[in-house]
Amino acid sequence: MSFVEYGDTIKDGDTAIVFLGHESMFPVKVQHGSVTQTKYGVIRHSTDLIGKKYGSKVTCSKGGWVFILHPTPELWTMNLPHRTQILYSTDISIITMMLELKPGSIVCESGTGSGSLSHALIRTVAPTGHLYTVEFHQQRAQKAREEFREHGVEHLVTVTNQDVCKNGFGVSHIADAVFLDIPSPWEAIGHAKSALKAEGGRICSFSPCIEQVQRTCLAMEEYGFTEINTLEILLRVYNVRSISLQIPDLGKAAEDDSSTGFDSRNPSNQGSPCANLQQGTVQFKSGVPLREMVGHTGYLTFATKS
Amino acid sequence: AMEGGARPGPRICEGDCAVLKRDDVFKAVPVLRRRKIIFEKQWFYLDNAIGHIYGTTFEVTSGGNLQPKQEVEEATTETKEAGTDNRNIVDDGRSQKLTHDDIKALKDKGIKGQEIVQQLIENSTTFRDKTEFAQDKYIKKKKKKYEAVITIVKPSTRILSTMYYAREPGKINHLRYDTLAQMLTLGNIRAGNKMIVMETCAGLVLGAVMERMGGYGSIIQMYPGGGPVRAATSCFGFPKLFFDNLHEFPLSKVDSLLSGTFSTETLPSEPEDNVLVEEESNGLADEKQTSLQETEEESATEAAMEINQTEEQETMDINAEDVEFKENKEKENKEHVREKQRKQWERRKKLIETAALLREKNADGLIVASKFHPTPLLLSLLEFVAPSRPFVVYCQYKEALLECYTKLRERGGVINLKLSETWLRNYQVLPDRSHPKLTMSGGGGYLLSGTTVVLEKGKSDSSNLEALKVEEPSPKRCKVQDLHC
Repeated sequence: MSFVEYGDTIKDGDTAIVFLGHESMFPVKVQHGSVTQTKYGVIRHSTDLIGKKYGSKVTCSKGGWVFILHPTPELWTMNLPHRTQILYSTDISIITMMLELKPGSIVCESGTGSGSLSHALIRTVAPTGHLYTVEFHQQRAQKAREEFREHGVEHLVTVTNQDVCKNGFGVSHIADAVFLDIPSPWEAIGHAKSALKAEGGRICSFSPCIEQVQRTCLAMEEYGFTEINTLEILLRVYNVRSISLQIPDLGKAAEDDSSTGFDSRNPSNQGSPCANLQQGTVQFKSGVPLREMVGHTGYLTFATKS
Repeated sequence: AMEGGARPGPRICEGDCAVLKRDDVFKAVPVLRRRKIIFEKQWFYLDNAIGHIYGTTFEVTSGGNLQPKQEVEEATTETKEAGTDNRNIVDDGRSQKLTHDDIKALKDKGIKGQEIVQQLIENSTTFRDKTEFAQDKYIKKKKKKYEAVITIVKPSTRILSTMYYAREPGKINHLRYDTLAQMLTLGNIRAGNKMIVMETCAGLVLGAVMERMGGYGSIIQMYPGGGPVRAATSCFGFPKLFFDNLHEFPLSKVDSLLSGTFSTETLPSEPEDNVLVEEESNGLADEKQTSLQETEEESATEAAMEINQTEEQETMDINAEDVEFKENKEKENKEHVREKQRKQWERRKKLIETAALLREKNADGLIVASKFHPTPLLLSLLEFVAPSRPFVVYCQYKEALLECYTKLRERGGVINLKLSETWLRNYQVLPDRSHPKLTMSGGGGYLLSGTTVVLEKGKSDSSNLEALKVEEPSPKRCKVQDLHC
């Protein structure tokens, strides 16, 4: 397995995703002799995992079962250990497309954070591209390096521990795209410009606050970026449910009474829907929105280096 | 530190598909000499653009030629005279002293747009009473109208999906570009995959998938009717080798393939007879002019399966009226028949190869975005996908996906089913004037996504268990963090 290539069977050293049920998953490092506890019982790596096909059902010691999934950056995003607030796939998707990323792209990113976006970027630029990611927190930078190594993608990424606002990305005039998710992105626009290739490079800045966005847009303009565009994207999820609505009892119309009732003109009322209910309910399928949804992650500002 | 030379970007070449851009309006056109282009109420030829770098901005000269726009120093902002609010500004339509004719005269004299805007400002009685913001807005509006600049950009998924959604959403089932972006990520589209794509979006979705695969891996495009439509795909300008591992397979043969009764005896009707393909032709180029698109479509209808065939071979078949051919007409007819037979044999051979690829049932993912009801497509095409792989279905209508979801639950072998849509909003960001833009898309379609798992047939209890497992947890246990996307 690898985060940039599919494998069929689970191997020693893989990172696999254990799926327990609706939105209940966690990552596991597959190792000979290791054991993983789940609420359905124990999973023994040597007998239950290694050699099994990804997507298989594994029965745990207590009798319950789980599915073992091949890792993808999207699954990783949903299950990775948070060291910082992360970007989720909804934002990652539009960032990837608007930055025009593809195999072979050279991308710069700061800050690395928990590596959520990093994994997605690496996946997209593989096998011939590269990610230069800058993180000013020493431990986070180190943890990111370790994770990339564990996930078999270290050849596609360079982690640099420095302050992007002071020292830039460590590369010059080669990046196809730059991504900023830092507190003061306007301070890094100049460095972003010099990291980007001569013409046509794309930049994206992610900021939760509109004031940050305003400052960043101004800086982008000052540095000669064009096509400056700010947007936000939110995900709306629907639960598919069978709904049963009760028909209210509107009473029975009296013999000669032309008052309330569906088809009061028609004395023999059998045609009306109201009368047609032995069950007293109407059933239908509905896509029901969730009670709460994410209302804001951040504003995304894109621009082109001209 | 890695250094890059000041390598210029790709240059505009004859034969390219380029995209014209003016503000937020895009149009895809073939780059051909002496071909008149209409774009945003302007007529011009692209000849002068050839050789320039993509991203260059041009002005249209009086002769209908393009000229790179010079970088002009914006007039320094001396403290402009401005008002504080509009309480005394009356819009009687008489504040502009220049008439239509005056402006036309200026244009005819060849006065540049910049100068015209300056004239309009000077001849507006209310300009100096406007607030600075209103003056800004006024200038922007006049510039937009009179300073017509066109940028020629290189096509990409970003550009083409935005263009199609704005210009011809009907051709792509109203798939909004952010929804397409979600599909590419949810589907883990990347180099090396073996993808199955089924779309009726003029080939835009196929092109987007191809871009993200970078020529690596393989794609099997399922198609309805006589042949796949790839009008938008040709806009991307992919190198020829990207098409080496692009296969196609008719939907009409899927059932037989799944039941084991597949044969190449009855191929889908010859593409020439297939009106469907022609009707779905790309109307982006001006209808009255032959365009690269139409040439591509002729090729497509001529030989839907033989994407790699050179155009010479194709024109050979069409060009029966050619004088030289008349002389050896009989001989040519025989050759023509032989050529047709050879092509048929090629088609059969490719079909068998593609069927074999499908029969392996190890595809790395499935993308569906079509006008058809998604349920039968999913239920059959998922059979060709390996376990633990993502799939994404797009539908313009939520209701169809409700049904699809239900049927998938009954089938089993899928987890993490999610029905979603994305909400997208653009912003105007200006000092003291930042707010969401006034209009936004009302809807961009819906997605149903999930992951395949090993399908255990005939074990109804396991699918029940699965259904139980994915029931919505009771309200008490629903925490906000569980709702993160």
